[in-house]
Amino acid sequence: MIQLKNIAKSFDGREVLKDISMVFEPGKTNLIIGQSGSGKTVLLKCLLGLHHTDSGKMLFNNYAFGDMSDSERRTLRREMGMVFQGSALFDSMTVLENVMFPMQMLTKQATAVMRKAAEEVIERVNLVDAHNKLPAELSGGMQKRVAIARAVVMKPKYLFCDEPNSGLDPKTAIVIDNLIREITQENNITTVINSHDMNSVMEIGDTILFLKDGIKAWEGTKEEIFKTNNEAITDFVYSSELMKKVKEVYQ
Amino acid sequence: MKLLHHIGAYFLMIRMVFIKPTKGKVMRKLILDDIQDLIIGSLGIVGFLSFFVGGVVAIQTALNIESPLIPKNLVGFATRQSVILEFAPTFMCIILAGKVGSFITSSIGTMRVTEQIDALEVMGINSVNYLVFPKIIAMLLLPLVINISMFLGIFGGYVATLYGGFSSSADFIEGIQMDFKPFHVVYAFIKTLLFAMILATIPSYHGYYMKGGALEVGKAATVAFVWTSVVIIVLNYFVTQLLLT
Repeated sequence: MIQLKNIAKSFDGREVLKDISMVFEPGKTNLIIGQSGSGKTVLLKCLLGLHHTDSGKMLFNNYAFGDMSDSERRTLRREMGMVFQGSALFDSMTVLENVMFPMQMLTKQATAVMRKAAEEVIERVNLVDAHNKLPAELSGGMQKRVAIARAVVMKPKYLFCDEPNSGLDPKTAIVIDNLIREITQENNITTVINSHDMNSVMEIGDTILFLKDGIKAWEGTKEEIFKTNNEAITDFVYSSELMKKVKEVYQ
Repeated sequence: MKLLHHIGAYFLMIRMVFIKPTKGKVMRKLILDDIQDLIIGSLGIVGFLSFFVGGVVAIQTALNIESPLIPKNLVGFATRQSVILEFAPTFMCIILAGKVGSFITSSIGTMRVTEQIDALEVMGINSVNYLVFPKIIAMLLLPLVINISMFLGIFGGYVATLYGGFSSSADFIEGIQMDFKPFHVVYAFIKTLLFAMILATIPSYHGYYMKGGALEVGKAATVAFVWTSVVIIVLNYFVTQLLLT
């Protein structure tokens, strides 16, 4: 479980996050949604420890990140997996090498053991035939699956995904969303996903945090999102013609 | 102020290179890859340039000797001194700042743009050590490249002198043996090692801390080349002052 308490962050005097409090529960896909520039990525990078917060507390299983020593933070980082927006696969490594990489760097397991674990995860994300391919030889959807495999191969407690289905066609995007949700539930991971895609919200939005201009403007579930009268979230949700039609049908 | 900020950030990066090291087995592979890319991959251009520049130095020297009182072995002597003292260690390193330096900046810069460095950091890996340390170790082999450059530069001078009919083979060989001070070679290798450190780290700094997209990767490579060249030239002045005077 991750708890955020009054998180604030600014860059060069400009407040990007203001007083954000939220609880992300394990076994659920927790979505952070909002328009571009609303502070989603900054919040995710704060959770990953890539940005330092100005104030507030981040608790990982009730243990404050700010109170941790360097070695405790390193241990925590090993319990985190991250799926980057652009997949961030290592260009010079094959799929298998990419997935084995965290284990090679952070564990002392025998190569055969690491290879077996990597192959199992690759099979889980349905990429059995791509072991020896380089990232450049893969489609966007396949790259995302490799990124997911690499993120979960160390069996993390926390999984972070930054726009995991950006640049993908709607069908592949749903496959990726569902894959993340299944892995989250199977392993009871606390998953936090950045998204501005309403399809993702409707598919996997177990818990939703809506950010607007760095402020928490709404919090709820995918079922509640269609019932709320919160002006900020309704503006965001019904900004497209498709969603307006969905609303009409829903009502 | 901006320059001071960069100098400070550069030395902080150097400090980070040597703490929290990457696992030995992984590092060995990275070092071998970098030796292939940075050292072995540079041998062709270094050999080609050294041979022809050595030839040009010999021709220029021969053409400027007008007095019959100056011995013909001066062509070999001047070629040896120019190649060993300056051309091979200094100007070859500046040429390598273009080839090796831009390769380092663009490869690390691309990793920054595509979030691969963030991925390393999230895994709890010291990305500076992972990326820069193997390049420093690989570049420690630069004296071998410069050694080859010295040999080919002098050989180029010999070939040009002989085929241009500027002096005899015996005169040229006498010239390259005349008043030879082994310390000059040591001085050249000391310089080379210092320049190797500069060649590995300044382009790495510009790649690692770059911001923006693909266009900025190209700009960072250009800036890295300029700064690497400037630092090599300035350092060359001080090292020469320190070791040869």
